Amino acid sequence: MSELNLKNPVLRWFEARLPIMSFMHHSFVTYPTPRNLNYWWTFGGILTVMLIIQIITGIVLVMHYTPTTADAFNSVEHIMRDVNYGWLIRYVHSNGASMFFIAVYIHIFRGLYYGSYKDPREVLWILGVIILLLMMATAFMGYVLPWGQMSFWGATVITNLFSAIPGVGQAVVTWLWGGYSVDNPTLQRFFALHYLLPFVIFGVVILHIWALHHVGQNNPTGIDVKSNKDTVPFTPYAATKDNFALILFLMFFAYFVFYIPNYLGHADNYIPANPLQTPVHIVPEWYLLPFYAILRAIPSKLGGVVAMFASILVLVFVPWLDTSKVRSARYRPMYKQFFWILVICCIGLGYLGAKPAEGVYVIAARILTFYYFLHFLVILPLLGYLEKPKNVPPSIADSVLKGRESDPMPARAGARR
Amino acid sequence: MAATHPETTRRDFLYIATGAFGAIGAAAAVWPLIHQMNPDKSVLALTSTEVDLTPITEGQIVTIKWRGKPVFVSHRSKKEIEEAKAVKLSDLPDPQADDARVKKGKDQWLVVIGVCTHLGCVPIGHQGDYTGWFCPCHGSHYDTSGRIRKGPAPTNLEVPPYEFVSDTSIRIG
Ligand code: HEM
Ligand code: FES
Repeated sequence: MSELNLKNPVLRWFEARLPIMSFMHHSFVTYPTPRNLNYWWTFGGILTVMLIIQIITGIVLVMHYTPTTADAFNSVEHIMRDVNYGWLIRYVHSNGASMFFIAVYIHIFRGLYYGSYKDPREVLWILGVIILLLMMATAFMGYVLPWGQMSFWGATVITNLFSAIPGVGQAVVTWLWGGYSVDNPTLQRFFALHYLLPFVIFGVVILHIWALHHVGQNNPTGIDVKSNKDTVPFTPYAATKDNFALILFLMFFAYFVFYIPNYLGHADNYIPANPLQTPVHIVPEWYLLPFYAILRAIPSKLGGVVAMFASILVLVFVPWLDTSKVRSARYRPMYKQFFWILVICCIGLGYLGAKPAEGVYVIAARILTFYYFLHFLVILPLLGYLEKPKNVPPSIADSVLKGRESDPMPARAGARR
Repeated sequence: MAATHPETTRRDFLYIATGAFGAIGAAAAVWPLIHQMNPDKSVLALTSTEVDLTPITEGQIVTIKWRGKPVFVSHRSKKEIEEAKAVKLSDLPDPQADDARVKKGKDQWLVVIGVCTHLGCVPIGHQGDYTGWFCPCHGSHYDTSGRIRKGPAPTNLEVPPYEFVSDTSIRIG
């Protein structure tokens, strides 16, 4: 941490008492990053920015929102029509949730493709799974707040999942509701938790980044950093790449906010909640659809709920289910193909989650659910034994400089200093 | 004991006792924080609803709100009653005779809580394979007695506590 040479005496005084500046300098300026990181590695930074955007727009929304069943729907309409730029802030928040999930799913599949969950990154990976679960809980409770038809019925169906717990199920659901149906007490506690959980996520993100900086980043070759020839300093290299990707992502985000702000939502949520009538076709937000498809695929209530939670929990065990010695799918010809089959399987489940639960859709959902678990519980462990990996390059530098005589990246010196 | 583990002293006992006492205290302090989420007194104050049956014509299902939930009052036709009685109990996922779900001599009135026993949606009347109710959420089919026949719901639509206060009106709750 000696790189930071503070000239300003006030800063020096402060630094001697709380070395936060050298900590930041070390973590985000000189921090050595593998020189071969591709754009799939930019989603971590994008996710951090999305979390901050959700927190800022959320706090602003709370200044105008009223969490009671009598006023919630109208206060959201008030935000949309009366509050200065209220429409913008709400559309950024509601589409922001979708963007957040797009980024997190890409980030997770990146990890699966390049074997980023393997030793020594198991804890880093599990912290990520915890963040995913917290994000799902947060987004679900946020979607309840506008108190439209989808809010109400989504809340009813999801809280009722807990009634599948043998014996105490109904008592747990009554406890969650604070009554005999989803009602005002439910809305108020969901609001309190929707405000809290993003800050919990923030805390877990800090642990996630701490673990990352402790064990170091993985990279597209999946091989360890061996010398400082393999790395470049975070700033300017990774920082510039991250920012460029972030700008592209924000353009994509802005297209949704300004041109198709309700495309990802459901029209029924502009109808005030009616506890006596279920919409003909209730669907959760798109980012929960694959899990919803798994829930409905199993023809038993408890079984469906168990399968749905298991589909997320299985991710926790991936570091141990994958028995291959090689991290990156680049050098795993068979795994690479199964990876893409899994991606298609998940997209298929998402598609089926949006379809009515009848006929061929149910059968297809069963097949894909079966395949999803087959991938993690059978294919992944077996591949490690059956597959013959390709030759892995001797170092990261070799993998990018192959065929070139000299190193085109002189600024490598920054990492060496 | 004392000879083999000379370290085991009265002090160890005090540590454990103090720790245990602290744990009990913490649990006692957490309970109010958990219990506050259960239904409060205003919710618990039992409500009952009286329903006048005269305007409900044969073949009609009326939805009443009771404890924040929908209750279906169905005025069943002859055909619907026969269908409900004709089923073999062994064909039912949650076997219950139609007689056990209506009041004696009032076969035409079926009163059930309108909450799907799967995940709580409100089923739609006169729909589905058994023309009783169909739940659009995940496709549960109920018969004209409100019994589950097909789909993910595990049990029959629940019959709420109710009684006939006169020939033409009931009190639910
Ligand atoms: C992890 C970060 C967050 C996610 C994923 C998230 C997600 C959501 C979602 C999906 C909605 C429903 C939007 C709609 O359809 O109208 C929502 C609404 C809301 N959120 Fe958040 N949120 C986050 C953070 C926050 C924070 C930190 C606050 C407050 C401090 C907040 C306050 C609100 C409010 C007041 C609403 C209701 C207004 C509305 O419906 O637009 N959110 N949130
Ligand atoms: S809630 Fe009725 S079938 Fe799921």
